[in-house]
Amino acid sequence: MSKTDFGPSIKSRPVYGVLSPRPGSSHLIVADGEGGAAVEALFAQAPEMKAKAHLIYIPGANGTDMSTAMAALGAGQYNRAPTYASVRSRIVKVLGDGHMGLQVYATGTESLMGQVQRDAMEAGLPHDAVQTEHRGSLARRVQCVHCKGITENVTTDPFVCSHCGLNLFVRDHYSRRLAAFQGVNIDAEDPGEVPPAEERFK
Amino acid sequence: MSVGAAKIPVVVTEAVEVNSLIKRFRFVREDGGQMPGFSGGAHTVVEMDDAGTRRLNPYSLMSDPGDRSGYEISVRRDDTGRGGSAYMHREVRPGMKMLISPPVNLFGLDLRAKKHLMIAGGIGITPFLAQMAQLDAMGARFELHYAARDRELGAYMPELSARYGDRVHRYYDAEGQAIDLTTLLAGQPLGTHLYVCGPKGMIGWVLKTAADLGWPAGAVHSEEFLAPPVGQPFTVELAVSGKTITVGAAQSLLEAIEAAGVDAPYLCRGGACGQCETHVIACEGEIEHNDHWLTDDQKAGCRHIMPCVSRFKGAKLVLER
Repeated sequence: MSKTDFGPSIKSRPVYGVLSPRPGSSHLIVADGEGGAAVEALFAQAPEMKAKAHLIYIPGANGTDMSTAMAALGAGQYNRAPTYASVRSRIVKVLGDGHMGLQVYATGTESLMGQVQRDAMEAGLPHDAVQTEHRGSLARRVQCVHCKGITENVTTDPFVCSHCGLNLFVRDHYSRRLAAFQGVNIDAEDPGEVPPAEERFK
Repeated sequence: MSVGAAKIPVVVTEAVEVNSLIKRFRFVREDGGQMPGFSGGAHTVVEMDDAGTRRLNPYSLMSDPGDRSGYEISVRRDDTGRGGSAYMHREVRPGMKMLISPPVNLFGLDLRAKKHLMIAGGIGITPFLAQMAQLDAMGARFELHYAARDRELGAYMPELSARYGDRVHRYYDAEGQAIDLTTLLAGQPLGTHLYVCGPKGMIGWVLKTAADLGWPAGAVHSEEFLAPPVGQPFTVELAVSGKTITVGAAQSLLEAIEAAGVDAPYLCRGGACGQCETHVIACEGEIEHNDHWLTDDQKAGCRHIMPCVSRFKGAKLVLER
């Protein structure tokens, strides 16, 4: 079970586990921010997997940067990237060239884990084949259900859609295909009556 | 009571000997209508009246899912079994009227896969015949590895090679050929789903090899119908219907419940689907769990039984039925 307590929720809300080494021909490990600590714990359990591991690390949007430690872990291949979007084509290429037996691990924010899971699913892996472990920020990746625009690193509820400007209520309703929580207009019936934004996803 | 629609009255239009052990049967609807649509991997339960004994055996549909004019099955004769397959071989001939169930699929294709890798042993080829026809029509990528004892018993092998070419790989035990499973599984592109149907030993070998190589459980599919084993007769109390019944040596518990006029749920009758799961109210003795459905903990707990394939030894068994 996840080390982060997300509280009770609906079934749609993703749940996360704790990374553990699995037998496999190679290992793709993607981490952001505080997720670096989960990678250290994973390698400590199974140092022999390092040689067959491809580690991709993205410093957190909150400023957490474990790049120096990650580079020194001894993964067979190591890449640092500024954002998931910037490294996505590399991940898609690794998955596309991969063979069954490749193990996929994702750790850090929900946005990072969701996007790795989405890309693994698009490569044909079952969604539950991706191991996940939540670390660090609770910031969410949210899709505006009205304009379909995605806003990254949403920490408050409600928030203003970065695309269409509607005031959005952040639901626990999650889409694995989009790798995003759903944001729904909160003042559709009474425009302007918006409750004060609370920092719910620090 | 099986789940879903009523039985389909059919007429047998073909009963063809495929080889010394296997016969193929074709059924069309008695009323001349179309069969219900099905997807590759589905089975039907065929009802037999064997000199007063009612037998219900599941058989995979092997015909093209695109063909709704009839259903085809292949039956391997088991001379040491309880008699269902022997009845099909001995008694069923063209023109005969029978009842079959609507199709049920417990072994469907996962169409999200980038590639479908199928491993068949012997009569385990039947669900793949329908699945390959479905995948071929869709233009999907697949590969079959099919092992049989020898050339004579490799049912449909030449036809499959003629139709699907180098997507079909044949292996004959008698000629010392075997699937190089580790190499085969390790070389599959990411996004491949694996399907296996055949003898118990083969299924276990494939599942274990895949797990050892790091294949995720969700990408591995298997199907094995168990025939209810014969055993010693035993007595069971049915608490809800207030009846005490005796299960004969060659009868399954489910069949004995049905023979007593008690309506019990079922689908596959082979220990695979979970539909007939029944609560155990009291158990003084040992349940012989023969199914693939209950977890090991449930089997040890003596609170559940699958009447389609499991039996009992002991002083008293009371079921919530």
